[in-house]
Amino acid sequence: MAQPSLAENNNALRSVTPLRTAPQDAGKRGESGKGEVVETQLYAADKKVYPRAVSGWFAAWRWGLVWATQLIFYGGAWLTWNDRQAILFDIVNRKFYIFGLVFWPQDIIYLSVLLIVAALSLFLFTAVAGRLWCGYACPQTVYTEIFLWFERVIEGDRNRRIQLDRAAWSARKLGLKAAKHGVWIAIALWTGFTFVGYVTPIRELWAEVLSFSTGPWETFWILFYGFATYGNAGWMREQVCIYMCPYARFQSAMFDKDTLIITYDRERGEPRGARTTSGERAGLGDCVNCGICVQVCPTGIDIRAGLQYQCIGCAACVDGCNQVMDRVGYPRGLIRYSTQNALERKFTPAQTLAHAFRPRVLVYAGLVWAVIIAAVIGLYMRVPLKVDVIRDRAAIAREVEGGDVENVYQLQVINASERRRMFDIEAMGLPSIHVDGETHVEVQGTGSRLVPLRVRVHVQPGAVARGTHRIEFLVHAHDDPGVFVREASIFIVR
Amino acid sequence: MNQFVSEFWSLYIGVISVVSIVACAVFLKMQSVRKPVEPDTTGHIWDENLQEYNNPMPRWWAWMFYLTVFFSIGYLVLYPGLGNFAGTLGWTQVGQLEEENKAANAQFGPIYDKYAAQDVPAVAKIPEALAIGQKLFLNHCAQCHASDAGGSRGFPNLSDKDWLWGGTAEAIKTSIAEGRRGVMPPFGTVLGESAAKDVAHYVLSLSGTASDSIRTARGKEKFGEVCAACHGADGKGNQQLGAPNLTDKVWLRGSGEAAIVEQIAKGSNSQMPAHKDILTPAKIHLLTAYVYSLSAPPK
Repeated sequence: MAQPSLAENNNALRSVTPLRTAPQDAGKRGESGKGEVVETQLYAADKKVYPRAVSGWFAAWRWGLVWATQLIFYGGAWLTWNDRQAILFDIVNRKFYIFGLVFWPQDIIYLSVLLIVAALSLFLFTAVAGRLWCGYACPQTVYTEIFLWFERVIEGDRNRRIQLDRAAWSARKLGLKAAKHGVWIAIALWTGFTFVGYVTPIRELWAEVLSFSTGPWETFWILFYGFATYGNAGWMREQVCIYMCPYARFQSAMFDKDTLIITYDRERGEPRGARTTSGERAGLGDCVNCGICVQVCPTGIDIRAGLQYQCIGCAACVDGCNQVMDRVGYPRGLIRYSTQNALERKFTPAQTLAHAFRPRVLVYAGLVWAVIIAAVIGLYMRVPLKVDVIRDRAAIAREVEGGDVENVYQLQVINASERRRMFDIEAMGLPSIHVDGETHVEVQGTGSRLVPLRVRVHVQPGAVARGTHRIEFLVHAHDDPGVFVREASIFIVR
Repeated sequence: MNQFVSEFWSLYIGVISVVSIVACAVFLKMQSVRKPVEPDTTGHIWDENLQEYNNPMPRWWAWMFYLTVFFSIGYLVLYPGLGNFAGTLGWTQVGQLEEENKAANAQFGPIYDKYAAQDVPAVAKIPEALAIGQKLFLNHCAQCHASDAGGSRGFPNLSDKDWLWGGTAEAIKTSIAEGRRGVMPPFGTVLGESAAKDVAHYVLSLSGTASDSIRTARGKEKFGEVCAACHGADGKGNQQLGAPNLTDKVWLRGSGEAAIVEQIAKGSNSQMPAHKDILTPAKIHLLTAYVYSLSAPPK
């Protein structure tokens, strides 16, 4: 059997983080188990995880974040602002409303800034305290938590659920399962409906839902997101984290030995074992081998085997173990947030904290704040007007009566504010340059207009050379001198 | 539909597709049944001590692979893909385009139809109609006539009162729907270099532009012989033929002696394409109103 040698390996190579411990039933998987090559399945039927309910400090934090994120998600779509939906991503008209701000596709830079901030924050939080996102705020965790709560209310806690699943089908089992899936599907559909409500006005959508008249795409996406919620939070659960989520796989690149992770204090706990009825220690460590930490784990691992890629950092085992420690009268923290360095070098909490302020953390924090501040300044200075100058290619340079040269342009004037505005257009950059024709354009709120413009230059001999000249268009709002845009273009004389 | 040079390629693609799909399924089956490995690790060791554990994938993962195989079979039955086989749904790109066009016409048609009943000068006074007309113009006409309809060399200015083929609503509509073909034959060999210059000077004099009086006098004679047939004895042109008026200062192919001599010597051949197959009658009606409005601004 190769298993013992592997365990030795683990001890000998402590710097190598085991990806997964050898399963207890490894020997049974093969048919012989006598040292020769064993045949196994490439694919295995997955074992269902029945997480046991847990309460405590970290579970309370997770529930706090469940409430916070879901209030924002389910509630946000119903807020109104200036007689319109406060948060609406109007993809058809390519306008994105977030309270007082209206974003156009040209504002994609703010989306990239948001993504950069999200990525850098992820780096920062991961470097400091591991998979905080996974354990507390990721929708996969949050919805699983909600679905598990209903499952627990309807079917009971871990042991009741295991029994129920093992039991033969009966009217009671059918009733419980139907009730559970009914509730799940209801939540899932409401989630899908809310999701679509951010893309198409939710009040109109609700009226359509009530009269069964949603459009084909609305229906499809409500059902699609509903199905995804039901499938991921009800059925897939930890498998999403283990087999599908890329973040789970690259997090190890962001860990170091000073990163806070969920750890089992091997030195304090081992050798583990059940206490005798008289409560004697009999040379055993603090771990009473009750298995609570395994039972509460949403990914079904044993944290006592060390850091594993399946661990989503939810700290359920910390809460579970602390309760047991309280009961048996040992100090809390056999399983706790700690760092590899703190465990190996026996840091005091103050030392562990000091190591949190290491260069990479400071660099990440500095970058996050720099990008956030730049984005806020950018948003504050943003001018609600955009102009694109499109030079006409059909008429390169036109001679007009009186020896003028005329170039033709189209100005796309985009009024990004929400009120109707008058704009003045000027051309500048060459002597005698002027716009021939209408220079005032009215553009409705969050509207755009394509304005064809003739620009003329008096060409006195020697005054303007043949060839291309840089010119500029100045477009400014009639009612607000602060709202203006300069756009460069070229003027051709031939 | 058949874009292959020979039947062989159709067969070639069909066979490769079918064999690949079957091979994928067989390979999946072979791979998922049994695999001899060392227990727990794959036996690979990198960098002295890094080992890869053998963690079996969940079985639903394998079902997803099979699902892709079934999907591809279904796809190839329903849609074109297996060589020349058109698919049972009969789907084509052109068919989809036509369907989308039909749907778009059904959706937006009423907007255009609203104006189709009114005559052109009336529509040319409705700002909303002109806004739609302008968009149509920018899409279909501005490539040649420029986005301000001011034209460019060889492409007439539509915003002035000078018309090659007539500026009435009917004439404009005919120009758009049926297209126009304007031919100025080359007279270089007939006239010779000097006579062409003479004629050019006469043409310049028609619009009151300074010219050589001797050449003008000689040119006038030649003009009567050669040019008057189309441009008229007085040089005012002929809208039946699209022959331009030479007495104004509008020069389609460049002003000045050199440009005019070149036009006389080499001639030109210009074409306005017909749009009746591209645009619906209602759209052409709106476009006509827009172009009409440019030279007859609403009072």
